[in-house]
Amino acid sequence: MIRHQAQIRVRDLNVRYGSLHVLQNLSVDIPANQITAIIGPSGCGKTTFLKSINRLIDLTDGARVSGEILVDGDSVLDPGADVTKIRQRIGLLAQRPYPLPMSIYDNVAFGPRIHGLCNGRSLDETVKHYLQVAGLWEEVRDRLNMPATQLSIGQQQRLCLARGLAVEPEVLLCDEPTSSLDPISAQHIEARLKEIKQRYTIVLVTHVLRQAERLADHVIFLYMGSLVESGPARDIFECPREQRTRAYVSGEIS
Amino acid sequence: MKRSLLWKIEEIVMKGLMIAATTLALGCLLLILAAVVWKGLPAMNMAMITQAPRGGYYTGAGGGILNAILGSLYLAMGATLVALLLGLPIALYLQVYANRSWLAGLVALSLDVLWGVPSIVYGAFGFGLMLFLGMRASLLGGIIALSLVELPIICRAVGEVLKMVPFELTESAYALGTTRLEVARKVIVRQALPGITSAVLLAFGRGIGDAASVLFTAGYTDHVPTSLLRPVASLPLAVFFQLATPFPAVQERAYASALALTAMVLVISVLSRLASNRLSKYVVK
Repeated sequence: MIRHQAQIRVRDLNVRYGSLHVLQNLSVDIPANQITAIIGPSGCGKTTFLKSINRLIDLTDGARVSGEILVDGDSVLDPGADVTKIRQRIGLLAQRPYPLPMSIYDNVAFGPRIHGLCNGRSLDETVKHYLQVAGLWEEVRDRLNMPATQLSIGQQQRLCLARGLAVEPEVLLCDEPTSSLDPISAQHIEARLKEIKQRYTIVLVTHVLRQAERLADHVIFLYMGSLVESGPARDIFECPREQRTRAYVSGEIS
Repeated sequence: MKRSLLWKIEEIVMKGLMIAATTLALGCLLLILAAVVWKGLPAMNMAMITQAPRGGYYTGAGGGILNAILGSLYLAMGATLVALLLGLPIALYLQVYANRSWLAGLVALSLDVLWGVPSIVYGAFGFGLMLFLGMRASLLGGIIALSLVELPIICRAVGEVLKMVPFELTESAYALGTTRLEVARKVIVRQALPGITSAVLLAFGRGIGDAASVLFTAGYTDHVPTSLLRPVASLPLAVFFQLATPFPAVQERAYASALALTAMVLVISVLSRLASNRLSKYVVK
């Protein structure tokens, strides 16, 4: 397995929806092969930030993005950049699992098929591999041709993880990936993220502070669209420099 | 009077009105069906649906309406196919590419207007076009005119179905690095397939029952259709011609023809419902 050294550098990122200035002059670094948690009260721009990184924000009407986001030195926001290539390199695990309207097998095979990836392995092996990585293989090995929608919602989220990883991204964006799941399924997802973090740069948006404490190596705290503080998780949780971070981490503001 | 009592009365009155309206709609349908069956069944026999009219058919001699049954099937299937091939890309373009742009609004408005245009106008338009091209009344001409009738129906119905595809589903497909065409083809169409089937059925039902657009363009003949370039008969016109004769026995056959038409629409509806149920196996709810 290749060790990706992806690192995301964000400089002066501004996002506006019409007259609403959602992200203001955001400049921050996201280290490679770690889990970086983005925390902050709802409406502080966490999801907007995440969607700027893989340019899903292009799909939102009236969103204007300026500034610079570099992934491995390549500019993401460059209008000439190939957006499908960017999204292949930067995967997304969404808040609610949305399997594609096809079988379990076809869901995982979707990415390898459209991007022509298999690295010499057969498609069957690729599908098996990523289902194993997502911790779903044992549960679905006998019913790969079943519609994906027949899985439980927790299984669907792991299927979406396998589907996203099968595209072979370097970065994995997770937008509150456990917020629609039951506690057991949420634990499952957290365990998988921990397992795979050596191989991927993971950016995790969460509103659950405990989850950030459990998973994050690095933390970014956003408040009302601006960066307040970022740094190693231990520093942020144990001795934050900023008053607002201290207030948020201790639960005084939310 | 207490407010809760007022609410209760309001509830009962509104419910009553709804039941009355539903009964009226259902009653009309049942009455029409009853009339068609009542008057058509005595004249219905194997010859009606397996033979073309013989000499003197319209004065009471033997034969059947196989010419019109096949003609209508060919016309409606051809027109539905053409309308789908044109309409699906239009609907996808409006939904996936030109979403919420002024162009999309303009096209949607035009389609609504086209839906309201009487089908005799399409027939006349098609006829004018055929004269210009030097074509004669034929199956091909009928298919073209009828596909114009069906196009707005397919576009609008498919468009509404595509709007129901959850945004998050398309978003998660885009997040895999998929192009718009791939999202449209592999995700949106698959997700909307049951709805598209219904839209096609709606257009087919409208097409097979349309008399005015094929009156000039497809013509009429007593022969079973064999070529795209020859005139074909159609069931609605068969009903009209038989009903217009002064002979009660032939008028009865008009009802038998209507019965055949109704039965065909029924069979195709049931078949496509079954197909639709099978197709919805993978649909994300």
